[in-house]
Amino acid sequence: MGIVTPGFRGRARTADERLPPGQYLVEDFPVLSAGPTPRVRTENWRFTVTTETGRTHEWSWADLLALPSETPTVDIHCVTRWSKLGTSWRGVSLDTLLADVDTAADYVLAECHGGYTTNLPLEDLLDGQAWIAYEFEGEELAPEHGGPARLLVPHLYFWKSAKWIEGLRLTLDEDLGFWEAAGYHAYGDPWREQRYQGD
Amino acid sequence: MVRGRLAWRVGRLAEVRDETPTARTLVLDVPGWPGHLAGQHVDLRLTAEDGYRTTRTYSLAAPADGDRIAITVQRVPGGEVSPYLTEVFAVGDPVELRGPVGGWFVWRPTAPDPVLLVAGGAGIVPLMAMIRARRAAGSRAPVKLLYSVRTPADVYYAGELRRPEPGLDVTVVYTRKAPADWPGEPHRIGIADVNTAGWPAEFAPQCFVCGPTGFVETMADVLVALGHDPRRVKTERFGPSGS
Repeated sequence: MGIVTPGFRGRARTADERLPPGQYLVEDFPVLSAGPTPRVRTENWRFTVTTETGRTHEWSWADLLALPSETPTVDIHCVTRWSKLGTSWRGVSLDTLLADVDTAADYVLAECHGGYTTNLPLEDLLDGQAWIAYEFEGEELAPEHGGPARLLVPHLYFWKSAKWIEGLRLTLDEDLGFWEAAGYHAYGDPWREQRYQGD
Repeated sequence: MVRGRLAWRVGRLAEVRDETPTARTLVLDVPGWPGHLAGQHVDLRLTAEDGYRTTRTYSLAAPADGDRIAITVQRVPGGEVSPYLTEVFAVGDPVELRGPVGGWFVWRPTAPDPVLLVAGGAGIVPLMAMIRARRAAGSRAPVKLLYSVRTPADVYYAGELRRPEPGLDVTVVYTRKAPADWPGEPHRIGIADVNTAGWPAEFAPQCFVCGPTGFVETMADVLVALGHDPRRVKTERFGPSGS
């Protein structure tokens, strides 16, 4: 336990078991990104999955919308310490998108319009844990929140839920993404406070 | 630079300076501080007597002066931490901190290319660290600062920014109330302000934009519309929850 900060009391708190350690609740939806917001037109939108052998699977916007969608309601946790509970989305499960992809890969590098990347273990995208989301709270996903479509992986810090998703690159070895190469944690579990390398 | 970055250290408040009626600069003595780049942050961890603990991240406002670092905290009414730091936390008091954090929104004084800094309100803090780092290093990189504030009383570091400094151009835009000698009416920064006070896109400046979300979204869009390469526009947003 740390040293006591003289005179600091903190706000009256109620324990919420849905809140990971070190996080506080917000009602709004803060925006964090490293650069200008890309504006991606749905007629030009493509989503590709590239396997470790170079095989490419591709979906257009119409292809994506034609797939069965799900409406997950999930809690999201940003590494900057805000959490937002009970957010509702619509999107296509990665189980659906990866169903016909043959791969021996253990890792994924998510690649985005604007050049952003983030790395995840492939198993963290499967079994109902991740989606390509295109609606938030019943509305089209706004560009500043990653629209037209973003990755949604609510069990990891939200920088893993890559905005303006363009594709997934499946790899046998782990390549670090944008923030991970800049010193953030390779995995990013909010419940273990994996913020930075070494946490 | 990475070594020791994750260790929690105990710092002590060495000095305070009121910047505006609602913002205060805290100068902290942090033995063993590993140094930092302009634009990086520090995590402050506060612990109450009952063991309750909370952590916030603040932009560093100046280059390190040995073991001394500075942050500037804007008081957010009803906030949990900023009213404590700006009203209760007193010279000599200890606080735990770690850092520096963040390696993207940074400026290195060895970079010779022109720089455009665009600040909205409290977004000036990491950009001021860049201006001060430039001065401390004797850099000759030409810098333009475009700073949006509500009223003259809201300008952070006002005396310092008024002093002429070779190679630094400061333009302040007032959104609510302007000084009597300011040309024009108060207004939100628009494309004309960025065009006039910034660099032409063909000069390929490094652009740093920091402020509230809506401000940053607008300014980044304006820079891209004016032809700046999006990869040279780095942004940092303060959400209303960032208190």
